[in-house]
Amino acid sequence: MDYSAAQSGFRQQHNMRLRNSSVDGPDGGQLFDDTSAAGPANQGVYRNQQAGPQAAGPPGQSFLSDPMSNLAMVYGSSLATQGREMVDKNLDRFIPISKLKYYFAVDTVYVGKKLGILVFPYMHKNWEVSYQQDTPVAPRFDVNAPDLYIPTMAFITYILVAGLALGTQNRFSPELLGVQASSALVWLIMEVLAVLLSLYLVTVNTDLTTIDLVAFSGYKYVGMIIGIIAGLLFGRLAYYLSMLWFCGAIFVFMIRTLRLKLLSEAAAEGKLVRGTRNQLRMYLTMSIAAAQPVFMYWLTYHLIR
Amino acid sequence: MAFTLYSLIQAAILCINAVAVLHEERFLSKIGWGVEQSVGGFGDEPGIKVQLMNLIRSVRTVMRVPLIGVNSVCIVLLLLFG
Repeated sequence: MDYSAAQSGFRQQHNMRLRNSSVDGPDGGQLFDDTSAAGPANQGVYRNQQAGPQAAGPPGQSFLSDPMSNLAMVYGSSLATQGREMVDKNLDRFIPISKLKYYFAVDTVYVGKKLGILVFPYMHKNWEVSYQQDTPVAPRFDVNAPDLYIPTMAFITYILVAGLALGTQNRFSPELLGVQASSALVWLIMEVLAVLLSLYLVTVNTDLTTIDLVAFSGYKYVGMIIGIIAGLLFGRLAYYLSMLWFCGAIFVFMIRTLRLKLLSEAAAEGKLVRGTRNQLRMYLTMSIAAAQPVFMYWLTYHLIR
Repeated sequence: MAFTLYSLIQAAILCINAVAVLHEERFLSKIGWGVEQSVGGFGDEPGIKVQLMNLIRSVRTVMRVPLIGVNSVCIVLLLLFG
């Protein structure tokens, strides 16, 4: 069998290397624990050609118990872990992976409650994000905390539903999915950049991070999906009605969430605080919230004919 | 509506070029947006105009040199690939 011949050739190569590296003993396997003693029995079962456990033993044994291949395996696995650590460290510099993990720490109860608030924000009373020793609590424990799970899922679902809508109008082709995805992504990036720029110009001292803004901008995709599906199932009137409902819902949701983060404490309570600064911040909050329905309509109207 | 990420990058490069081209003493001082007018009062917050002037100044300072490289790459790519 050429298999055993190749194995024995392999073994002879290893023996030659053993001699060159001046290892004591006629057979290098005696220097290391032969952990493959249990191996040959298993390998004998795995092989289809039952040449007997005797012949199945030496080839398997020579592969696993040979110190050179052992060394090679250990070295290879240590190289792999080193490489992975280096990749992780360098990746962490560009994309803060540990911070991202916070935004995906969700569970089903949170997702259900958050979707309920997105659809019907009028009954929710307490919009404050709770903190735990100066760090925000994970979304699993606080329904007001922003997360990235819902926006990501909603974005992907939006692309799929857009493909479905285009397909029902015989306008579908696979490239269009990519075009929809990239244009929606571009609008999202431009919206986040515009919000960041306006936050810088108004000098608001807030703890809103960029990822928070991405999360808030992604919440409108939930309403868009339901609007498109309603339009597909029940016609244009259903589309307009559901878009109207969700535009109002996302407007109220954004205002109530951003009010606590952007405005000063007194103004957030509802008292009328004078001063151009608070007025500017109020305008900023209103314009961010008002941009959401515009985007919702802009990104969906071409899908409903 | 068919935006791609590449068109976004092109638009961003064009905008940053536009900001970097504004000349300090020939133009910005003439319309009152110069550097010396941005050190306003010592109030608690600067105001939008001062923030904008600071932003323009910092973009010009930071992006002057990298823009040389980015523009050259863009020109070469456009020449090669249209």
